[in-house]
Amino acid sequence: MAKVLSLAEGIAELVHDGDVVALEGFTHLIPVAAGQEIIRQRRKNLTLVRMTPDIVYDQLIGAGCARKLIFSWGGNPGVGSLHRFRDAVQHSWPVPLAIEEHSHAGMANRYVAGASGLPFAVLRGYTGTDLPNQTATIKPITCPFTGEQLTAVPALNPDVTIVHAQRADRAGNVQLWGIAGVQKEAVLAAKRSLVTVEEIVDELEPKPGALVLPGWAVTAVAEVPFGALPSYAAGYYERDNDAYQAWDAISKNREEFGKWLSGVGKQGAGASE
Amino acid sequence: MNYTADEMMSVAAARALADGMSCFVGIGLPSTAANLARRTHAPNLTLIYESGCLGAKPSRLPLSIGDGELADTADAVVSVPEVFNYWLQPGRIDVGFLGAAQLDKFGNINTTVIGADYADPKVRLPGAGGAPEIAASCREVFVVLRQSSRAFVERVDFVTSFGHGSGKGDRERLGLRGAGPTLVVTDLGLLRPDPETSELTLTELHPGIELAQVRQATGWQLKVAKDLAGTPEPTETELHILRELKKASE
Repeated sequence: MAKVLSLAEGIAELVHDGDVVALEGFTHLIPVAAGQEIIRQRRKNLTLVRMTPDIVYDQLIGAGCARKLIFSWGGNPGVGSLHRFRDAVQHSWPVPLAIEEHSHAGMANRYVAGASGLPFAVLRGYTGTDLPNQTATIKPITCPFTGEQLTAVPALNPDVTIVHAQRADRAGNVQLWGIAGVQKEAVLAAKRSLVTVEEIVDELEPKPGALVLPGWAVTAVAEVPFGALPSYAAGYYERDNDAYQAWDAISKNREEFGKWLSGVGKQGAGASE
Repeated sequence: MNYTADEMMSVAAARALADGMSCFVGIGLPSTAANLARRTHAPNLTLIYESGCLGAKPSRLPLSIGDGELADTADAVVSVPEVFNYWLQPGRIDVGFLGAAQLDKFGNINTTVIGADYADPKVRLPGAGGAPEIAASCREVFVVLRQSSRAFVERVDFVTSFGHGSGKGDRERLGLRGAGPTLVVTDLGLLRPDPETSELTLTELHPGIELAQVRQATGWQLKVAKDLAGTPEPTETELHILRELKKASE
């Protein structure tokens, strides 16, 4: 049975300096409030993992929480570049950021291997590209049955995975619907997991098509209403596209970002802007 | 009728998609073109987005690849591992529709870094996303991007997604199953790989565009097809629907 904690308790208990941390969410249900709580608690030397690092990862990187990023697409969706990520890669600001770069198919399969308890995954991927020359975690492998040349990528097993979902009950059973991305695999691949939810309810009403993470497969849940803003939570609120646009200007220079960052430090858990 | 170069590009890109096809859609220009096609000549075009939305029928252009609108209107919403492993990888999808930051004369795509040194790039771009496997596994690939000598280069700084490598036969040698890029749509015209060499060759010019303009906007010695054709102008209907679509998305 998962523990029910506050967001601040959940981060304090589950996320440690130096951890490999995955905050997953594919445009939908991005655990933004949890990412900002990590900033507030000043975690350092994290290896951040995510298929689509977007503005909450830009914030974590700009705040100096990360020393490495494992990813497949880093941008501000529909807007453009992540300026804090760029500044870290191009100018090592505020601290140098190592990168381990994959494709979406590769990252998705790495989580699948992690969730399956396997050491690696096999896919048809990366063929002919320059990625294997730069990324040590992409290797050729020969099929033992057909002799075909394929690609192997190692399992991802984060120390902690954090995702956001719509609901949980008091036993920590989690219900998530709409675009589910790679969240199930990321949670099952991790040593520990924290699920922030829009609401904790007495009883989960079954919902067709919804994904259920049983409470015994989750370490902790925390109720964080609007915890995915400015991304969206199907059935609860829409994506705040203006906030993504606004982030472009905030993140463009170090001084503006610094002002934003000092604002985050002063806020309580759960506030997003 | 007046129209912009970007509108011509979106219309030309939409026309390339035949009714009944399945299309793996990248965000931005490819998504605009695919949604225009579905509203004009190709109502049975199946749109697949890497967020796991199969058969999405959005009423407005999605700003991101995982907008709620895509999930709400889809035939099915599947996980990201499933969309790549079950739907893309076995070669079930007809066309992969991609954008690019840099494209070279053999249709290789770069969305990773500008500059020769990966470790110390001039510009860090977003990265691969789904593109390497889309370019590998779809039956064919269309690319849409604005043409300039900065974007159209002799050789990409980084091969994020493999096109035709260094020429004819490279895809076969690597065991790639799809045909790779068969069409590049720009704001100036259309390019297709030469059947003998796989080098991208100008096959159509958009109305009002001079050949010299296209050469100027290409970073290699552009070859021109012997039977260079002209793209038909956008029709009133195409422009009307494109503009309505854009308006609905604001």
